[in-house]
Amino acid sequence: MKRLFSIIAMSALVVGLVSMSPMKYGVGDTVSLFTLKNVDGKMVSLADYKNSNGVIVVFDCNTCPVSKAYNTRIMDLSKKYGSKGFPLVAINANSPEESPGDSYEEMVSAAKRKKYDFPYLIDETQDVARSFGATNTPHVFVLKNQSGSFKVAYIGAIDNNSRDGSAADRKYVETAVDALLANQEIATTKTKAIGCGIKWKE
Amino acid sequence: MRLLVISVAIISFTPGFAQRAEIVKWKGLNNVIESKSGGITVVNFWATWCAPCVKELPLFEKLNAEGREGVSITLVSLDLDLDPNPEKVYKFVERKKLQSKILLLDEKDPNTWIDKVDPRWSGALPATLIINQKTGQRKFVEKELHEGELERLIAELQ
Repeated sequence: MKRLFSIIAMSALVVGLVSMSPMKYGVGDTVSLFTLKNVDGKMVSLADYKNSNGVIVVFDCNTCPVSKAYNTRIMDLSKKYGSKGFPLVAINANSPEESPGDSYEEMVSAAKRKKYDFPYLIDETQDVARSFGATNTPHVFVLKNQSGSFKVAYIGAIDNNSRDGSAADRKYVETAVDALLANQEIATTKTKAIGCGIKWKE
Repeated sequence: MRLLVISVAIISFTPGFAQRAEIVKWKGLNNVIESKSGGITVVNFWATWCAPCVKELPLFEKLNAEGREGVSITLVSLDLDLDPNPEKVYKFVERKKLQSKILLLDEKDPNTWIDKVDPRWSGALPATLIINQKTGQRKFVEKELHEGELERLIAELQ
């Protein structure tokens, strides 16, 4: 009986600790199916992609110079992998109070101006960015579709040269998606890069 | 001509003349992080294009100006990550008359050195690392600091 009590006490403690720590996905975790508003006013859900091989989720924004440096590379990733059943979805989580250039209206005009062929979603509550553990822009999460549930397969940078994509000798996202499409293991599942911190609400 | 020489001399010796940023490789930055000074090392990572970084710079400048014994401040610009030309940083440092020690990190492949600065760092700017070189204890903050926070973090390490 005493033992049962200590087990209950221990479990309560563990549950307490788990709920206290902020949710943050790691490689191998299944993500919850978020639904966010796109620049065309329609809602887009991760569940809409149940027939894809996976999704390249990019936490991005309009204003960050690193995002600007990677903008063409992000559009190229969408073109290259969209046709291979591995579409790209961009999410802006920056608070427009902290960064006025990242408001919904500015997102709409940026997507139009650049002719984005992928959804550019607004994470107004910042809940999706928080649950993913996104920290900076651009920050990529490659998700693998496993019979309708999406598992994190890669977290990090697009490549290893922000300044010049043609000089990058490690194209992390392409290598990861290529591996998934070929049913192979991903060699590098986590990387880091210098980026703009996400502008959290104060 | 003489006037020119005099004016140059005056400008050069005017107090408040800005620091010259020094371009370093990882080793140069690591020397700061692992300095065996026995004091408190404050390393701030910033870039001219990072608005919250520029906003918090005066806090580091103020601390530097106080000249507290055993506290050394280094501002590490990561501008070269995006732009190979250091001129923009030189001009910024000049215009803002920055007095703290400034390093311009010239390293490729951030994934190979970000964890070496601190495993907690995602790579997002701004970021600040504070080390008590005597105890080895560290504080790492990945956000814009506000008035008083820097002093509080240092006090917690002392």
